Amino acid sequence: MPKKVLVVEDSAAMRSLISSTVEELVGYETVEAGNGFEALKALPAHRFDLIITDINMPDINGLEIVNFVKNNSAYRNIPMIIVTTEQGAEDRKKGLALGATEYITKPFDPERLKTIVKKITHG
Amino acid sequence: MPKKEDSLKEFIAEAEEIIEGLNQNLLAMEATEDKTAVRPDILNAIFRAAHTLKGMSGMVSLKKISEISHRLEDMLDSLRMGKLSLSQPVMDTLFKGMDLLRGLIESVNAGKGEEADIAPMLQQIQQVVTGGPESSSSPESGEIDLDLLKVLTEYETHRLNENIRLKLNLFEITVRFALETFDKDLAKLNGKLQSSGEIITTLPSPGMSAEAGIVFKLIIGTKSDLKTLQSQFPQDGLEIRPVDLKREGERTDETNPTVSTDEDKGSGSIRSITPTVRVDIGKLDSLLNVAGELVLTKAVIGQISKEMLQNQGFTTTGIELQKAYQALDRRVGELQEGLVEIRMIPIGQVFDRLVRVVRKLSRDLGKEVDLQISGEETKLDKSMIEEIADPLMHLIRNSLDHGIELKSDRLKAGKPEVGIISLRAVQKGNNVVIEVEDDGMGIDLAKVYQKGLERGLLDKNKEYDQRELINVLFTPGFSTAEEVTEVSGRGVGLDVVAKNISKLSGLVDVETEMGKGTKFSITLPITLVIIKALVVRVGTEVYAIPLNSVSESLMIQSTDVRTVERREVTRLRDHTLALQRIRDVFGLSPSESREDRLYVIVVGLAEKRIGLVVDAIEGQQEIVIKSLGEFLRETPGIAGATELGNRKTILVLDVAALIEEAIRTQAVDKKSDKATKRKTGQPVNL
Repeated sequence: MPKKVLVVEDSAAMRSLISSTVEELVGYETVEAGNGFEALKALPAHRFDLIITDINMPDINGLEIVNFVKNNSAYRNIPMIIVTTEQGAEDRKKGLALGATEYITKPFDPERLKTIVKKITHG
Repeated sequence: MPKKEDSLKEFIAEAEEIIEGLNQNLLAMEATEDKTAVRPDILNAIFRAAHTLKGMSGMVSLKKISEISHRLEDMLDSLRMGKLSLSQPVMDTLFKGMDLLRGLIESVNAGKGEEADIAPMLQQIQQVVTGGPESSSSPESGEIDLDLLKVLTEYETHRLNENIRLKLNLFEITVRFALETFDKDLAKLNGKLQSSGEIITTLPSPGMSAEAGIVFKLIIGTKSDLKTLQSQFPQDGLEIRPVDLKREGERTDETNPTVSTDEDKGSGSIRSITPTVRVDIGKLDSLLNVAGELVLTKAVIGQISKEMLQNQGFTTTGIELQKAYQALDRRVGELQEGLVEIRMIPIGQVFDRLVRVVRKLSRDLGKEVDLQISGEETKLDKSMIEEIADPLMHLIRNSLDHGIELKSDRLKAGKPEVGIISLRAVQKGNNVVIEVEDDGMGIDLAKVYQKGLERGLLDKNKEYDQRELINVLFTPGFSTAEEVTEVSGRGVGLDVVAKNISKLSGLVDVETEMGKGTKFSITLPITLVIIKALVVRVGTEVYAIPLNSVSESLMIQSTDVRTVERREVTRLRDHTLALQRIRDVFGLSPSESREDRLYVIVVGLAEKRIGLVVDAIEGQQEIVIKSLGEFLRETPGIAGATELGNRKTILVLDVAALIEEAIRTQAVDKKSDKATKRKTGQPVNL
């Protein structure tokens, strides 16, 4: 079975960049969500092996998505990567405290993202 | 990394949109007389625009855009966090920065690279940030002891503090929505709440299930008190309670000195890069509905006009009415066309997504494929575009996985190493034909036959022609879980593709040749909103049949009808056509008139064709399908209702369902035939 990755990011171009970077890994496919609502709708519809979420999003922010996933018995075990900025140290700390596994900062290095994705989903 | 040009193209498209939004928000901010009263969500949206631009431009190595948006982002962050106040120089810098960004994006788009000197701009930002007056905002109080804080972003925390500082009332609103509709419901509620105050955060509660729905907690800061708020939102399931926290911080004097200096604000171009308006598709839908109603009203007037001429002869009024009707007819037609045209978007948008899939899949499968695309400018209704993406994706995956051979096999077969998949779209009249063709191994019909027998979908006492065997591919249950591959088998078979295409009133055709390749052709109506229909009569009942599912109509003699395996069939050129009497489908009383002449409407959807038998064909007409009420919604064979010019409501037949029904009864017959050792006739050679 291919590994399924949910990518939550409100910038379409950034979302597509993250997805295509992940899809460069053999055996990975992505499902894209443009905001927290779409993410909540996608969760019950698939079996995800990983969630990558932006933090700064309107309405439902990325921390709230981490909180949601990590407190829901059905999704608790899905590892999460948060996407933050250099300035977002506070938010990054909160995200990791809520249970996110790793973080990347924008602009990100695609190779680093791939390494992290592989490490998290295999290990 | 994905192809650089692609990322760049995506970046420019999004950047143009962002600049549009940025422009609007800056103007809104500019229009706010008291700059301390600028809505925080507007300021935050401006920050987010710079933030997104920075992130993306950094990824596609646009250094100048990245640098400028980075500095603007920092400045905007200080603004939204209350560390810098919104003075006139700040406003000017924002406008100038936006113009510069727009210019840079334009020049990149024109292939000229980042053509501008950004040094003066960077300097100006620097000046504003360091020289600007400090905001009077109080330091963030760490006094709120709320569990909530751990999920608030830094910015949201700041907004919460600001609301406390301004002594606004904070409320926690708890609301439960159904899983299917929560996004729309919440958007509606947010829209209303925004007029009463600031929504600081929207927190989904982790418990979520189909039965219980999903609970959201919203934190709102408002001037209204609890009673007012409760009276404004009296709906069920909405719980409002004050947020319990210590009120810290004194109301400070918040006069922000605004100094107007720079004159060159506004001198820069504020014209948009693309002269377009973004419209919610829902608004277009409702306009189209109105146009649909107009079409019906027009038909009523046409009918009255016709009756008037018939009954009263060519009176002046009658002729005037006739003329007015003709003018109306033309204009309504133009209106309709114009509206439909607005909804049209090029299918290239879907093709682009497929390119990515092919690139990735061919790599995963170790096959080399040249994807040849043509007709990407062909336009289809926006809602159709969304619906067609998945079926197309499936067909392409199918071609790659099952069609195109491995390199070594291709060489053995004397084919070029690199396989070809063509994806073509072309408009033919009111239809768009999309073809997915590969030069792979073709469909092995002998194998299909074998598997069809194993699955009990075919009868070994019968002979089948190519078309019938291909039909089996589209039957539910043909592809099974045990052969699900990583690529094309996600538990979804061609039956789902066919079903999805039928839903869009489309047709699928397959041509295949062993060793040469396979071609799937999908024919779709350009739009589903207003359709042409064939109006038919059965006894005293009148029905409409969507014209795009009708391939032809015949008049046959009752002697042309034979009964094979208890089913009525007739001969259509070289094929046997199964017949379905509408009279029987809806249990109408038998006709009293002589039946030596029958009208057969040949309808075909997704490779299956049957003939619907009716008493008479009344004519063609444009119709607008209305859905039936709760009561009739589940009636099999009925897609909806429509009005005719004579103000009569008639039912629209659901062709796909009628065909399904015919095939189902056929299958049932077959089973009972087996059980009772059928005696009827010899095997039919079709």
